[in-house]
Amino acid sequence: MAIDMSQFHQVFFEESFEGLEIMESGLLDMDHGVVDSEEINAIFRAAHSIKGGSGTFGFSEVASYTHAVETLLDAMRNGTYEVSQEAVTALLESVDLIRNLLVAARDGAEVDMLMVKEKSDDLREILNNSNNAQTMPAATPEPSPASTPEPSPASTPEPSPASTLESLPAGTPEQPPASTSEPLATSKKVGWHIVFRPLAHLSRTGNDPLRIIRELGGLGDLQVEVDISAIPELSIMEPESCYLSWDLRLTGDIPQAAVDDVFDWVEDDCDLVVMPTYSEEEKQEPEPVAVDVVQPLEPPVVEQPVVERRKDGRRKANRRTPLDRRDSDRRAGQVAVGSSSIRVDVEKVDSLINMVGELVITQSMLSMMGEDFTIDRVDRLKDGLDQLERHTRDLQESVMQIRMLPISFAFNRFPRMVHDLGIELGKQVELKMSGENTEVDKSVIEKIGDPLVHLVRNSLDHGIETPEQRQAAGKPETARVELIAQHRGGNIIVEIRDDGSGLDTERILEKAEERGLITEEQGLSDKQIYELIFQPGFSTVDAVSDLSGRGVGMDVVRRNIYELGGSIGIDSEKGVGTVFTIRLPLTLAILDGQVISVGGDTYIMPLVSIVESFQMRPEMLNMVAGRGETVRLRGEYIPIIRLHEIFKIEDPKTVDLCSGLLMVVEGEGRHCGLFVDDLIGQQQVVVKSLESNYQQVDGISGATILGDGSVALILDVPGIFHLARGSGTTAMAEDMPMELSENEVVGSGKHV
Amino acid sequence: MTSILTVDDSVSMRQMVSFTLKGAGYEVTEAVDGIEALDIAKTRHFDLVVTDVNMPNMDGITLIKQLRNLADFRFTPILMLTTESGPERKQEGKAAGATGWIVKPFDPDRLLGIINKVLG
Repeated sequence: MAIDMSQFHQVFFEESFEGLEIMESGLLDMDHGVVDSEEINAIFRAAHSIKGGSGTFGFSEVASYTHAVETLLDAMRNGTYEVSQEAVTALLESVDLIRNLLVAARDGAEVDMLMVKEKSDDLREILNNSNNAQTMPAATPEPSPASTPEPSPASTPEPSPASTLESLPAGTPEQPPASTSEPLATSKKVGWHIVFRPLAHLSRTGNDPLRIIRELGGLGDLQVEVDISAIPELSIMEPESCYLSWDLRLTGDIPQAAVDDVFDWVEDDCDLVVMPTYSEEEKQEPEPVAVDVVQPLEPPVVEQPVVERRKDGRRKANRRTPLDRRDSDRRAGQVAVGSSSIRVDVEKVDSLINMVGELVITQSMLSMMGEDFTIDRVDRLKDGLDQLERHTRDLQESVMQIRMLPISFAFNRFPRMVHDLGIELGKQVELKMSGENTEVDKSVIEKIGDPLVHLVRNSLDHGIETPEQRQAAGKPETARVELIAQHRGGNIIVEIRDDGSGLDTERILEKAEERGLITEEQGLSDKQIYELIFQPGFSTVDAVSDLSGRGVGMDVVRRNIYELGGSIGIDSEKGVGTVFTIRLPLTLAILDGQVISVGGDTYIMPLVSIVESFQMRPEMLNMVAGRGETVRLRGEYIPIIRLHEIFKIEDPKTVDLCSGLLMVVEGEGRHCGLFVDDLIGQQQVVVKSLESNYQQVDGISGATILGDGSVALILDVPGIFHLARGSGTTAMAEDMPMELSENEVVGSGKHV
Repeated sequence: MTSILTVDDSVSMRQMVSFTLKGAGYEVTEAVDGIEALDIAKTRHFDLVVTDVNMPNMDGITLIKQLRNLADFRFTPILMLTTESGPERKQEGKAAGATGWIVKPFDPDRLLGIINKVLG
């Protein structure tokens, strides 16, 4: 039966990634000095499952590396290896490596096997270097050849190169030739003579001698003789014991391994003699054969062609070591699984089904009513429609619920990250997270990860002081970073708090001047100064460190958050700490919008972008040379963008700035006045992607369908800024702001 | 219909084993750990048990011991899925009463081959 194993791959990957998380958080706990045997067991099990699964599903690279990890964990679990900081760090690194290997396996990417090999050697090194390495169980499935006792050449005539890694107790005086059945493969061997004498308890292991005999019969021609001499008198016979034994003659060219396999499970539950049979003329000089088991104290006579395997006999330790076989062609069937899926709580699905049930009932009620509708039933129709609306809304909410995931999915990488960064930077940091169960739309979770990482890195890198500095400042040596998530209104608020040194306003100003972001001392408020760090090209640390590096600045953080329809703010006090507050929508699928009209077109402006809307009076309007039209608002000059111009709408209701409306919008920390014809109303709209249905359009973030069935485009403020800036080279340049200077953000007190 | 109880904490392995066995016409019941398996085993008969060894709550070895204490499972073939091919683990399983073992990794064909043999 051919079974397509790839159908299990996705589940395997999901479960393996979960396993890695278990390993990681368990290791981090150990790191804090908590060594709990249940914890180690859980970590071990996770590694073990990944190894087993990856082997089974054909990801041998993952399996072989994970095996090395598992071996170390096993030693920890058995207590043969004392948990050390070094090992924990190495294991944490392994978790990363396994994750990378899994990702590579999933995406069908290439892996640097040499590096993987090195890493797994490192792990073995750690284990071997421990003072108790020699107490490692001999059963380590993949003993390194070096650890195998070297057979003494004097007593061992020509060990076969194919010899297995038989581990015999050191000091065995005589070591017989290692096993090989090769010499006989082509000889005149005609079959096997097997004496099979089950011990009394054999059937209590669930094994059935008849099954074994049947199986042998499947290998070749089998002659069976049963020996009933051991059957006792009925009065003393134990019905559950086995008293029979068999003399079996198997004819055919059958490899020893096949015979061994049949008795594999019962070799300890029976007396077994397996000897090859030869055609007449060969019988005189039988060769030693397949010595795969030895009795250390009674070495078999070399001439004896019989190998006895008794229950105390040991067999080759590494037959079928799964990792020896690297089936390269197994990879052939491997399929990259890239589709994304979410796990949904059954309760959520149940509630959804309930609601659909309600909806169906309402629908059938309404359609019945429609069959012979009379005007006197209009009240009932209204009731029905109300019900329909209610159910539709409930259904919508429930469907949204399905996409909601706890924000812990975005938070769970931080314990590890803070741990690693702390070590790297020589800072002592304690991470506290709260509100991890706050639920957010999956797409928000996916996109908030990087900005959060950046902010937390920033806190550790720039905010938190070294233990010495902290001590000098009279603070506890261990700094604290908090990640807090909570619902507020229709939004989710994520705060990143640290008790570090706070933002250094002087240095920020200095830097901003150096970079030409501000011209001179302009008497900015602290808040305005903090805003400067979001400007492109701003960085307060001269040498961009490894950590906060990655070529990503705070401007990117803010842009990412803005793309999510969110906003970010800073609060800081020198010497006390800094708080970044991120406000995010619960979902990206629905937004609260302001419906506006320009000419014959209708647009939606996300409410979060709107600061205020008003009608201009002529005295507010300013023409600034080289900067185009601006509006003076509470002492601040804000550039005006005419929507009809940048979108080339030909029939605006008015081109007179004072007869239309000005909507002050905010994006990427900048403000501008958007000139539109009219504001129509506010409403929740369902966002449809333009990109997936059409293509990306500058200044537009998506589209929606209004109640009347018409399509309205959703405006994208930063996109509009870019459009306006880009159009500065066109004929419209005169009345367009050439550059929406960054100063506008913080420039409420300054004059242009 | 021949009934098989399969016990594994790993969803993917359980799915794979279960899918393979169902495809071969066996009736399959799944359990996520030894405790669940034991609870199920107390309520009904199975012709074969296939259990993983490393599981939370109750591991495979303990499960085998417990099953052998149930009258209905004294002679039932119990196979353990193990990645450890070393003799210690097998011995431990044998001592607990396991019939045999299937060494991971295995493919569906091998699994079926072994199971067909055991069930005759």
